Amino acid sequence: MATIAAPTHAGAADYGEQTGIWSWITTVDHKRIGTLYLWTALSFFLIGGLEAVIIRTQLMKPNMGFVSAETYNQLFTMHGTTMVFLAIMPLSAAFFNFLIPLQIGARDVAFPRLNAFSYWVYLLGGIFITVPILFQVAPDAGWFGYAPLTSPQFAPGPNIDFWVIGLQILGVSSLAAAFNFITTIINMRAPGMTLMRMPMFTWMSFVVQFLLVLAFPPITIALVFLLFDRFFGTTFYAIAAGADPLLWQHLFWVFGHPEVYILILPAFGLVSEVLPTFSKKPLFGYNVMVYSGIMIGFLGFGVWAHHMFAVGMGAIADSIFATMTMLIAIPTGVKIFNWIATLWAGEIRFTVPMKFAIALIAMFTIGGISGVMHSSAPADLQQTDTYFVVAHFHYVLFGGSIMGIFAGIYHYYPKMTGRLMSEKIGNWHFWLTFVGFNLTFFPMHFAGLLGMPRRIYQYDSGQGWDAFNLMSTYGTYLLVVATLFFVWNFVRSRKTGAIAGNDPWGAATLEWSIPSPPPEYNFAQIPEVASRYPLWDLKDPAKTAGIEHSHADSMTITDAHAVPVHEETERKTAKELGIPMPFPTAKPLFTAVGLVTMFCGLLFLRNDMFAVAMTITLTGAAMLIGGLYAWLTAPLE
Amino acid sequence: MTTSHTAAAAGHDDGHVHHHYTTTGLDHRKIAIWTFIGSECMLFASLISTYLIYKGRSIVGPFPHEAWTSETGQQFHAILDIPVTSASTFVLLMSSFAMVLALQAVQLRGTPLPANPTWWQRSQRSSQGWLLMTALLGATFLGFQAYEFTSFVHEGLTIKRNLFGSSFFTLTGFHGAHVTAGVLWLMTLLWIDRSRGLQGKNDELLVDICALYWHFVDVVWIAIFTLIYLIR
Repeated sequence: MATIAAPTHAGAADYGEQTGIWSWITTVDHKRIGTLYLWTALSFFLIGGLEAVIIRTQLMKPNMGFVSAETYNQLFTMHGTTMVFLAIMPLSAAFFNFLIPLQIGARDVAFPRLNAFSYWVYLLGGIFITVPILFQVAPDAGWFGYAPLTSPQFAPGPNIDFWVIGLQILGVSSLAAAFNFITTIINMRAPGMTLMRMPMFTWMSFVVQFLLVLAFPPITIALVFLLFDRFFGTTFYAIAAGADPLLWQHLFWVFGHPEVYILILPAFGLVSEVLPTFSKKPLFGYNVMVYSGIMIGFLGFGVWAHHMFAVGMGAIADSIFATMTMLIAIPTGVKIFNWIATLWAGEIRFTVPMKFAIALIAMFTIGGISGVMHSSAPADLQQTDTYFVVAHFHYVLFGGSIMGIFAGIYHYYPKMTGRLMSEKIGNWHFWLTFVGFNLTFFPMHFAGLLGMPRRIYQYDSGQGWDAFNLMSTYGTYLLVVATLFFVWNFVRSRKTGAIAGNDPWGAATLEWSIPSPPPEYNFAQIPEVASRYPLWDLKDPAKTAGIEHSHADSMTITDAHAVPVHEETERKTAKELGIPMPFPTAKPLFTAVGLVTMFCGLLFLRNDMFAVAMTITLTGAAMLIGGLYAWLTAPLE
Repeated sequence: MTTSHTAAAAGHDDGHVHHHYTTTGLDHRKIAIWTFIGSECMLFASLISTYLIYKGRSIVGPFPHEAWTSETGQQFHAILDIPVTSASTFVLLMSSFAMVLALQAVQLRGTPLPANPTWWQRSQRSSQGWLLMTALLGATFLGFQAYEFTSFVHEGLTIKRNLFGSSFFTLTGFHGAHVTAGVLWLMTLLWIDRSRGLQGKNDELLVDICALYWHFVDVVWIAIFTLIYLIR
């Protein structure tokens, strides 16, 4: 993005592969940024999991005193916030970063430095919102932060300040990344890679980027209102001034429901890569899978008020949102059936990624069905704010998103590191996760239907909940053991795993045509794509011969340098090949530090430390502007 | 600036733009700015809907369109001054016109002037003039807004006063911040134009994406002016 021309310094940079911490700080390589996302998000996943373990220990038996009520509020708030914003979203972002350019045959994303900036803002924002729990001042009003509960009148402490400012910071990261990936997918596809030839993961990611771009502004504004209420005395959520107590809920859920699809669609995309590979069959109904993904994204903006049936919106609003919610089950169901049809009559190999992918189909279906139960407003009135809802969304987010992400990690680990993860340890991980997950969350359905409310830190015995809670807690401990197996596998396989080669699974898409891990330039020669399954065309033409539209070439723009899809085995440096690479730079990190410093200054406003706040904020703003200036005037490559 | 210098800069820029193959043939930045504008639509949609939801819900005055007397007998005028804001709206819309001419001036750089050019043909080439004009009209709009905000505060409407004050100042303040960013962007382009001359495909694109942003901010103001000022 060298918007201001300056002389290029061809030959000034060393194009060879670099190592060491400075190379990670200055990297603008989408694969390295993807790896950073993966490690960071997995760390936050462990933190969020630890919070869950403490929550479940507190709820193991009636009237436990493991943590105080205040701590418990902070724990469940931070568990939700961490898992949604710091674990699942960035785990998906790790795959967006690593896979999208490889799947569309590009050498990087459209704006490599902006990509690095997104990561650094995410990391700093994640630290900003997580650290307060060590000092017992973490956000404590739920991940949804309902105003007026979060208004200064009811939440006078600094806890909510961290939440409001932290989410604003994370929003910047998500939006910057979304602009980047939309541009990448629209504009950087290899010759012949038409939209309807894109791998399904790229397609689902494409839909997700639009959801991010359109869903984040409403929560940004909701948070701005809350920030103004807290710091400048505005009346947006002040009921005494006539404010609508539902304003926050509407703005939040206009974001919050598309957010659910932001969390699940990347996992859907990942299993849509895994299932055909291990069934040795093309994905069943590719077009319909694309259309149903788009349909889910579209309808996702019309169902938000099903989170609010209990607030008394009236029969008409309730009916409309109930109907829309039932409608969105259709494209989701279409996906489930298409996956099953993909498995049908396939040569199935039950590898670990395949097991996780099949687990997603089964577990997400259970969560989906309880979701359709909630869509009926009268039934929802019984279920709302009970553990039944907790069971439902853990079946879709853990049983769906996390299972899909694990499938993706096992599937793409060899591409990322060049080595396979251990199948043996992976099987332990899978079965312990599967059993532990169901033991944790299935009993919650019953506890919920028996009336156990959410977000309580203690309960009396004799209400029929004791046995279910005990089971859930044991299930959680099982998940801890499962996760230890995963961590062990993940760490040790980097050094001791079997060498993967280009294509360990016999997969069909472009990322498997290049060495593992891919060289920094990805493709020595940009491939010219002629079908949805280029590697199967190459290695096993019989498998793809019957697919309609797969081979017809409708692409008119071609690149003189592109060559037909082939396996790249030789590995040279970018310099030897004469491929210009972006310069490594720390400017995105510097700019990100400036942005976060600017937001940090706001924290001091509440104690009337106006001078301190202004000093910090202006310092941050100066760093931000200086960093942007240096960044935009420096040539990219 | 000498002709040879300009030509060299243009050659370099052209080379840079066409260096990378893109699927659509468009520059990445053009697609990114449209995506950004899409996102901004939702931002202003959230602000405008909040204003409309809170319309008529303020418990205490002053109110936008009708006078109000407090319990203590204090008199408050209807706040919005439509003639003044109509003038500032006109100024902002004219800035979009100037922006179009600024882009045209940069695009015309490569083509020679006809023999005996008219005054208008000459001024069409003045990219610096039109960029400055756009920025000045934007700044004038901001001046109107500053005047509007101070007079409202004098009449008793602060951001803390009531729901109208909170939602009005936040909405128009966000828009004003966008205009400010646009003026700074225009001034940067003007500075580049003065220092090395804007010419060639890459520079046209720089002006083009700024123009897209500027027109978007104007269009949002049309929505705000209609929904907040004109409709009672």
